Amino acid sequence: MSSQAPTAAPDPTPAADATEAVVARGVERIFHGAKGATVTALTGIELTVHDGEFVSLIGPSGCGKSTLLRLIADLDEPTAGDIRVFGRTARQARIDQAYGIAFQQAGLLPWRSVAANIELPLQLHGVGASARRARVAELVDLVGLADFAKHYPDQLSGGMQQRVAIARSLAESPRLLLMDEPFGALDEMTRERMQTELLRIRAETGAAVVFVTHSIPEAVYLSDRVVVMSPRPGRITDEIDVRLGEAAERGEDLREDTAFFEGVTAVREALHGPQASTAGAARGVDVR
Amino acid sequence: MTTTTPATRRARRWRAVLWGVLGLVALAAVWELYKLVGPADGWLIGAREGVTGSGIRLLPRTSDQAMPHTWEMLGRAAEPVTRAPGALPLGVVVLLAALVSLGIAALGWLVGVVVGFALALLMLGFRIAERAVLPFVILSQTVPLIALAPLIRNWGSRLEFGAFSWESWMSVVIIASYLAFFPVAVGALRGLQSPEAADLDLMRSYAAGWWTTLFRLRLPASVPFLIPALRLAAANAVVGTVVAEISVGFSGGIGRLILETAVAASSDPAKPWSPILGAVLLGLVAAGFVALLAAFLSPFRRQETVA
Repeated sequence: MSSQAPTAAPDPTPAADATEAVVARGVERIFHGAKGATVTALTGIELTVHDGEFVSLIGPSGCGKSTLLRLIADLDEPTAGDIRVFGRTARQARIDQAYGIAFQQAGLLPWRSVAANIELPLQLHGVGASARRARVAELVDLVGLADFAKHYPDQLSGGMQQRVAIARSLAESPRLLLMDEPFGALDEMTRERMQTELLRIRAETGAAVVFVTHSIPEAVYLSDRVVVMSPRPGRITDEIDVRLGEAAERGEDLREDTAFFEGVTAVREALHGPQASTAGAARGVDVR
Repeated sequence: MTTTTPATRRARRWRAVLWGVLGLVALAAVWELYKLVGPADGWLIGAREGVTGSGIRLLPRTSDQAMPHTWEMLGRAAEPVTRAPGALPLGVVVLLAALVSLGIAALGWLVGVVVGFALALLMLGFRIAERAVLPFVILSQTVPLIALAPLIRNWGSRLEFGAFSWESWMSVVIIASYLAFFPVAVGALRGLQSPEAADLDLMRSYAAGWWTTLFRLRLPASVPFLIPALRLAAANAVVGTVVAEISVGFSGGIGRLILETAVAASSDPAKPWSPILGAVLLGLVAAGFVALLAAFLSPFRRQETVA
């Protein structure tokens, strides 16, 4: 049995894989419903996220983008294929805390203060009290909530809650951040501010990010690469390099830059097909 | 962000006490008012001439026999229980009996809470246990207490090991806990299951095990469900104690005293009201105890208001 182990997990370039944040090969996820009905949530997923790269997964509802994120996080298991996070299996990566995660709902524990929420992962992994305090102080500064460390989640706005969730996901300085529509429940103004902040945080931490969204401008503004997905069955249909400059240098005025609109158009065409967006693409400014 | 100074909080507490006293006074006033205007023999419909007990009584009698004045009840509490020399005042006897019952009820509550919580944990840990145990938990509460009391006394009396022998107060504790465990089992299970899938995902992403998830997430999240369950359990334990004392035949508690003084009602109408008020007091103390407990757990009762 032991002699078969290497062939059971085909891994032609393990050394190269270890430097990649995420490598997914031939990943498939089939859900079994009632009465033998099956739903193919994902099929034939080939995806590589480089270390330090910001990749957005975009697509309509049901394209499996959240499922893919959950597979990378090992909150769910693929029915076929292989997922590696920094060269380790997804399961090992979860146990080793190789990633930080944030969801659409901030999911803060209401009985814990902002500081206590942020330090939760550190506390669970046996970090000492003084080290926790120091790290929390850094993180509340990073997300601009230094004055609110002692507040409770019910005393914060939605945007502030989401910032706490992001700080919590960064607590253990992960090299990979997984984010499932973290700004989806926020109003447009808060959302744009949070996006700019996320770029700043990401530039400061240098972490790779896998970011699930259904907003085209959001994906283009934030990402180095946009992965376009399509439903029934969920699959990757296109990948678009949009890198609009180094993360640290991207500012609010980028949203009015021609390159930004070109990126938006490219993603729109990839999502809907070129015929669907010819009218708007002529001038390249229609983002609605 | 609420800005409550200690002064305003103190004022609010005094106002609550004031309203409580006002409620008691209002209750006494209603009692006296009805006694004043109500018919002395009550009001019956369909009563046949010369047949006692016939007809349906729609309004109770207001005679001094049936409804003694409130001040007579209070006055009677200050007088000795019996005419025997050296007898304690009735009020003191009632308080002592209430204290005995409070101890038994507290023990029954504690046993009920422990058993209820253990059942909830079992049902949480094993989906099969939830399906197998929950119906019996619900069924258990349909068994009438009166039927149960002699059984428990009977079984208990057969228990004997070493110096241990079954006392009748233990039967009362068991019956009180039998009533108390139910709301705790149901409430705790709901509370422990209350964290959302996203919260559980988060704990999983931290590679937190079942016990860690229990202590860091499920237990704190269960508190808002647990407090009402504990309050219900306290009320049930008090009712269970009073009723079980009577049906088990345990003397020394308030339940027995209610029965004993009721016998004297015809010659001493104000007397049975003292232990009844004592039982009410017992319930209030039990509720107050749970309120105190809730105050300690208040940090866990914060609700997430903004999504």
